[in-house]
Amino acid sequence: MNEGRKEIFQIVFVVVGLIFLTKLFFVQVIDDRYAELANSNSILRVVEYPFRGLIKDRNGKLVVYNTPEYDLQVIMKDVRSFDSAAFCNTFHLTRQELRKRFKDLKVKKKEYSAVKPMRFLEQLSAEDWARTQDRLDEFPGFYIQARTTRAYTTPALANALGYVSEVSKEQLKQDPAHIYKQGDYIGQSGIESFYEEQLRGKRGIRFRLRDVKGIEKGSFKNGEYDTLSIPGQDLTTSIDLDLQLYGEKLMKGKAGSIVAIEPATGEILSLVSGPSYDPNLLTGKNYSANFKLISTDTLKPLFNRPLMAQYRPGSIFKIAQAMTALQEKVITPETRIVCDRTIIGCHGPHTNEDLRGAIANSCNVYFYTALRRMINQGKANDPFADARIGLNEWDRHIHSFGFGNKLGIDLPNEKSGLIPTPAYYDKAYNNRPWKFSNIYSIAIGEGENLVVPLQMANFAATVANRGFYYIPHLVKGIGKDARPLSPYTERHYTTIDSANFNIAVDAMQQVVDAGTGQWFAHLPDVVVCGKTGTVQNEPLPDHSVFIAFAPRAKPQIAISVYVENAGQGARAAASIASLMIERYLFKQTRRQYIEDYVLAGKFLD
Amino acid sequence: MKRDSDISGSMDWTIVMLYMALVILGWLNVFAAVYDENAKQSIFDLSLNSGRQLLFIAASALIALAITIIDMRFYETFAYVFYGIILVILVMVPVIGKEVGGNKAWIGIGSFGLQPSEFAKCITALAVAKYIGSVGFRMENLRNQAMLFVMIGLPMGLILLQKDTGTALVFTSFVLVFFREGMSPFLLIVGLCAITIFILTLLIPNPIYLHIAIGVVLLVLIVTGKKKIRRIILLTVGALLISGVIESVDYVVHDVLKPHQQNRIKALINPDADPLGFGWNVTQSKIAIGSGGFWGKGFLKGTQTKFDFVPAQSTDFIFCTIGEEHGWIGSLIVIGLFIALLLRIIFLAERQKNRFTRTYAYSVACIFFFHFAVNIGMTIGLFPVIGIPLPFFSYGGSALWSFTILLFILIKLDAHRGQVLQRI
Repeated sequence: MNEGRKEIFQIVFVVVGLIFLTKLFFVQVIDDRYAELANSNSILRVVEYPFRGLIKDRNGKLVVYNTPEYDLQVIMKDVRSFDSAAFCNTFHLTRQELRKRFKDLKVKKKEYSAVKPMRFLEQLSAEDWARTQDRLDEFPGFYIQARTTRAYTTPALANALGYVSEVSKEQLKQDPAHIYKQGDYIGQSGIESFYEEQLRGKRGIRFRLRDVKGIEKGSFKNGEYDTLSIPGQDLTTSIDLDLQLYGEKLMKGKAGSIVAIEPATGEILSLVSGPSYDPNLLTGKNYSANFKLISTDTLKPLFNRPLMAQYRPGSIFKIAQAMTALQEKVITPETRIVCDRTIIGCHGPHTNEDLRGAIANSCNVYFYTALRRMINQGKANDPFADARIGLNEWDRHIHSFGFGNKLGIDLPNEKSGLIPTPAYYDKAYNNRPWKFSNIYSIAIGEGENLVVPLQMANFAATVANRGFYYIPHLVKGIGKDARPLSPYTERHYTTIDSANFNIAVDAMQQVVDAGTGQWFAHLPDVVVCGKTGTVQNEPLPDHSVFIAFAPRAKPQIAISVYVENAGQGARAAASIASLMIERYLFKQTRRQYIEDYVLAGKFLD
Repeated sequence: MKRDSDISGSMDWTIVMLYMALVILGWLNVFAAVYDENAKQSIFDLSLNSGRQLLFIAASALIALAITIIDMRFYETFAYVFYGIILVILVMVPVIGKEVGGNKAWIGIGSFGLQPSEFAKCITALAVAKYIGSVGFRMENLRNQAMLFVMIGLPMGLILLQKDTGTALVFTSFVLVFFREGMSPFLLIVGLCAITIFILTLLIPNPIYLHIAIGVVLLVLIVTGKKKIRRIILLTVGALLISGVIESVDYVVHDVLKPHQQNRIKALINPDADPLGFGWNVTQSKIAIGSGGFWGKGFLKGTQTKFDFVPAQSTDFIFCTIGEEHGWIGSLIVIGLFIALLLRIIFLAERQKNRFTRTYAYSVACIFFFHFAVNIGMTIGLFPVIGIPLPFFSYGGSALWSFTILLFILIKLDAHRGQVLQRI
């Protein structure tokens, strides 16, 4: 039954062979179009790198721009013997270095190619480029490849801007769409990383005709198939560059942070992290060497404190406590509590204050008592169960201020801080029962509470707005679109009634006018509302904290200042905050003595 | 009985010579594909593909020797065991494999990679041959036939999971073997029709014209033929079925195939539509081959393949180098050698007295044929770009060894054809 099938196979094999030979005969012998194409018109793809988007401040001042950089490339196939002395002279190399460069090329076997351009010298300066350009034709096989690198108009804002460097092997692996190729630049942190997609633009491809010797003969079909590179979108940040520079000047030599926000929009006016570094160090030729220096610096200049440093908030947290207690109706603004200082210590010559007075004098006993009433509301008979119910309620309110969670700023690596929950204490006490007496230190912002400076500033903005906030953000416009990304245009309301905020505002004004903050934070011609904090940090000196907003009626700026190991909040932090507010509202420094005091930096004397 | 290992007298030296000729030509071309006249390269340089390929060839010689020494019964006896092992390995590859060029089809041993899917081909050939050669196997038995399709479907599916579509498609060549061993040609004809309809669907952008054409053919058949109700119903049902197939092909092409796969098929039909986009590979390949002319540019004198115009010039597109440097004459010699090899394998197959060896020989022929036809077809624009190597020419160890094993097991079995039980 299988007769003749063998023959079918034989016929099919021979016929396919004949079809191939016929087709080849047409392609190779009859049609000379291909020979022509190969001889004179080889098509080459040339990649055109796009310009990365520029970054400007809120007033349109340029912050980050692109500057050309030139790599010297070599195509080994095209290299002819050349005058090596002249070459060394032109490119400032010694003979040994020249020899080593050629050797290095051969060592990297995988990348080595005789016909593809390879990088020979990296990042020639513009002067070098201008000087060597005319002499390049003496060295066949060497070409200049231009691309751009980042440059910064000021040494400010390093941690918020981030930096750009060559895409790493890991990043290439995590790029399923193959947008990046080896050697491409990518934003590695800060805005450069968060807005990478908007900033990077799109590569273009040009098709060039080349002859067999590799010499370009113009574009293919008049560029019909070429795609232009599309530059990245420019970003308008919310940063006020003057204020930022001033803040960095004030923080010089100190560790800590300043965060200033426009309450009505959530736009960040300045974001200072001390100590910092000059962003120009992480660009261009010396990137690798400088990066090593900066990243191993013991002062950690790459650590972006406003987002990443988790501190205990200290007494500024008493404002939030007051709001929560009022909302839960365990106190009224008129409630007076005797400052007996038996369980918890206090300071200052006050004895029996109402709520406003307690905030103004930062009375520990008052807020200890308020939290006890709040936690032990008697909703359950068992004190342990009651504390659990109370703490849950407390958490709900405190979280609504943006504490304990990442706010969602448009920068990477934000930390969430910590607001203890019942589950947290269960774990901390190994599921043994706990009650108010175990947890009371959270009353005054000590204990387990941790917040980041960004959350403190956001809290000040929330009080300034009397009960809502926008997620703080750094970019207010992308390209031609003068709006931020959509998450930053939505109001977030707290669980506290707006009326209760008015009491906090009253008290914060009192802090500055008559209370702990009166000497350093009070400003003429404007009503500033603020709250000091002094965070215990034994055995080292205390941290100095201050939050504030101004003017009281229509707040234009809300601010948090955290200065590590600088003692009382009323001194270092309050001074810096008031100087920043003054600079933003009045565009000048009217109290030179305060500035001198801050610049001198001797807060502990 | 003669000692098993001394078979030099009964070995088919014609096929060995053909093998050697192809391997040596392949090696020279691997060198030529990346040759750079200024670098004063040596063909033996181990940092070049050609140097490494020579090592692979030496290893192949050892493998070939080992195969001829091992007892011939070994291959048939352990066919199913090997088959089981390779299936397990293929299942494990996505887990333990390393990624090379987007496909996770390699298993690393030190710095060295092996591609199990290459070896799956010859192991499946042995297993299929053993099954067809077993007592009681009847091709007419549908259960037996279904079993055969499961046997080729399993490795094929696993290789598809590794996204190595090219190698997976090689397994379809076993259908030709089944045909030789008695399967009705119906399936082949249906397959050919499906491919024709598939290509027509691609060529004609709107399927409505195809439906109309079928309607016209149907009417003509009804009007001209006998007007029996039964016949008219059958024809109508048939036409409706074909229309359904067209619709589903249309759906598959536009909604199931990934864009790059669609493009490869479109490039086949009309490579000039977008010579720089999806037609780039084929265009460059054709320029290289076409520029060779009748006599070629001469050994190592090619320009197109060396300028990186042709992609994968050492592996899947190695035929470009032959076409460019040796012209039509060179192509004629290479294609002639391949056809000679294929016909010789068929000759060996037909002189076997045992069904196992014959089936195996046909499997070898069909696998070689598939690689040969698809690879060269793709470089000259007759086939979509499917990444499979040209036997003995494409650079790479796994493929060379797998083809060597495939061929030398056949040579070994053939050498002993006189001493096996007749079971036909």
